[in-house]
Amino acid sequence: MQILIIEDDIEAASFLIKAFSEAGHNPTHAGDGENGHHLASTGEYDVLVVDRMLPKLDGLSILKKLRDAGDGTPALILSALGEVDDRVEGLRSGGDDYLTKPYAFSELLARVEVLGRRVRGDEQETTIKVGELELDRLSHTVKRAGQNILLQPREYRLLEYLMKNADRVVTRTMLLEKVWDYHFDPQTNVIDVHVSRLRAKIDKDFDDPMLQTVRGAGYKLCDPG
Amino acid sequence: MIPCCKPCGAPVTNSVIRVKRMVSVRSLFRVTAVRLSIIYTIIFGILAIGVVGYMTAGTVNVLRKQYENSIDEEVMSLAKIYRGSGINSLIRTLDRRARAPGANLYIVADPSGRIIAGNVPQLESGVMNRIGWTGKPFSYSRYGDPAGRGHRAVARVLEIPNGMRVLVGRDIGEHEGFRKVVRRAFLIVLASMILLGLLTWLLVGKRALRRIDQVSRSSSRIMAGDRDERLPVTGAGDEFDRLSENLNTMLDRIAGLDDGLKQMSDNIAHDLKTPITRLRNKADQALGLSSDPDAREDALEEIISDCDQIVKTFDALLMISRVESGASVARFSKIDLVTILRDAHELYSPVSEERGIELNLKLVGIEGAAKVEINGSRELISQAISNLIDNALKYGGGGDAGVIEIGIELGNQVITISVCDTGSGIAAKDREKVLERFARLEESRSQSGNGLGLSLVNAITKLHGGRLELKDNNPGLCVELDFPVAENSLNPAAE
Repeated sequence: MQILIIEDDIEAASFLIKAFSEAGHNPTHAGDGENGHHLASTGEYDVLVVDRMLPKLDGLSILKKLRDAGDGTPALILSALGEVDDRVEGLRSGGDDYLTKPYAFSELLARVEVLGRRVRGDEQETTIKVGELELDRLSHTVKRAGQNILLQPREYRLLEYLMKNADRVVTRTMLLEKVWDYHFDPQTNVIDVHVSRLRAKIDKDFDDPMLQTVRGAGYKLCDPG
Repeated sequence: MIPCCKPCGAPVTNSVIRVKRMVSVRSLFRVTAVRLSIIYTIIFGILAIGVVGYMTAGTVNVLRKQYENSIDEEVMSLAKIYRGSGINSLIRTLDRRARAPGANLYIVADPSGRIIAGNVPQLESGVMNRIGWTGKPFSYSRYGDPAGRGHRAVARVLEIPNGMRVLVGRDIGEHEGFRKVVRRAFLIVLASMILLGLLTWLLVGKRALRRIDQVSRSSSRIMAGDRDERLPVTGAGDEFDRLSENLNTMLDRIAGLDDGLKQMSDNIAHDLKTPITRLRNKADQALGLSSDPDAREDALEEIISDCDQIVKTFDALLMISRVESGASVARFSKIDLVTILRDAHELYSPVSEERGIELNLKLVGIEGAAKVEINGSRELISQAISNLIDNALKYGGGGDAGVIEIGIELGNQVITISVCDTGSGIAAKDREKVLERFARLEESRSQSGNGLGLSLVNAITKLHGGRLELKDNNPGLCVELDFPVAENSLNPAAE
């Protein structure tokens, strides 16, 4: 993926460039807001990673300008400000996701990969298919290899999110945010237990597990075939 | 910096006093009370001029009408005499009437305008030439008047058939006198009004100025760093007192926040320095593990997780002070506590089941799908409940057959959310202590955690106007959050 990193801290930026390259992406760096806005509006990128506080032009203004010009490139805002208000403000000015500093790179990578994928978009489709797993959004039913799987409402939403982002790592925090709409970290490993229950339902009677745990990062749903 | 506000301890020279007075007179114009008295005086003045003018004009008109009527009557009677007895009789009658004291004006003149008889020796030229009403008042003189002293009158001139002219008029000195009286009265009233306005202005304005000066003196002392100084309250209960009281409450609140901030920075210094020192030591050790890659990797991973823990502590501290500052009240909305509890129950059910702990949801006084609504933040209340369940899972499991009960009870006065466990509980003497920041009981030191969970819950509860209470669950701990019942708290489901 072509990733534009707009970040004024040289050390943080060089770490991000190195880490994104190692993960197989193609990062570009801009050191201030004006330069970042210029690159973003002239180049083709899959995802923008924008620091909120930047010299010359701040992150939110960059996004506002891009969105006003009709540029819908998915953007993730990095910020030291993590209160609900700050997040809401960030998302309102055109950010698609919001991550508070300091963050684990695995978290950032997972979110960026999910964002970059979103433009391919299957938001309108009524069924989602991953390998032999099939989710019907109209009847709210799930089948694996034609076999009905009964899910609780929350399990259904969890699976839907995992399927929409199949083959991508999703982190526990992402699941808490998108499936439960909680923006804080419970001290207990609540998400792990929910995921392992879901796993029991979709993988138990089958030889190839689809729902995998990615150590130190999160989970991934993939087609074993 | 602010020379005129210093208490006058030192001897002051004359010129300084003059400057000061000038300054205070000039600033007097900036005082609202003074400005208002000036405006009121002007408005009243204009109104008074209008009223007096209208009244005088009205009275003068009435008087003039009366004059005209009486002159008309007289002319009619004279005409009758002339018609009945001829010119000689008319002149005689005129002569008789002219001699009466305080009489009207009577003149008989030949066709050229020369006065033949009457009680007026001289009058404005041209008056006799116009037949009918003279229109404007004209001037004339009387017998025996000192020279130059003129009178004014209105009159009617009529021509009798032989070409002679007769004037009947009336002196209008009386009504001019009335006008003068009114004008004088009005001037006196206007002058006293301006004087009164000035007086009010001086008294009220000066008083206001003094009070404002006191307030600004106090506030500059506060600005200079005297945190205990407060604005003066005289006890008069007027708007200045109310203003001072409000500002004082505000200052108290600021001082409270300031103290909180100070306490927090002390806490950060104290409680974050320790783990950071530990972190540094670990990094030091890891540096020495170059020969053993596995041990080194373990050490680095430990360092990362320590870092995460420090960040979490820092976030929790920031969160508590943000909540305590009350800033989040601005985005409160109607939230349903039952839904929040159901969601929390749903989130934690699998994990407690896995740990062999029963997690029950108990709704008291709430039927079916009814809602219990308060004005608040879903995010914060959810986090508070999640913190309490985390704690209960961590400390309150009480072995294999533990039970955690999360409940909501709708009473008449309060809505109570409770999270109760069957663990070891907290001794009564320690209950106050655990609400403090970083408070961790000795027994729980072995468990992970930063000792901020309950302080955050406490802060969130207070923010929502509630109260946190720790109770004995025999055995175990019951944490109760009491929220005041708002109007329409209970909302039967729409279905």
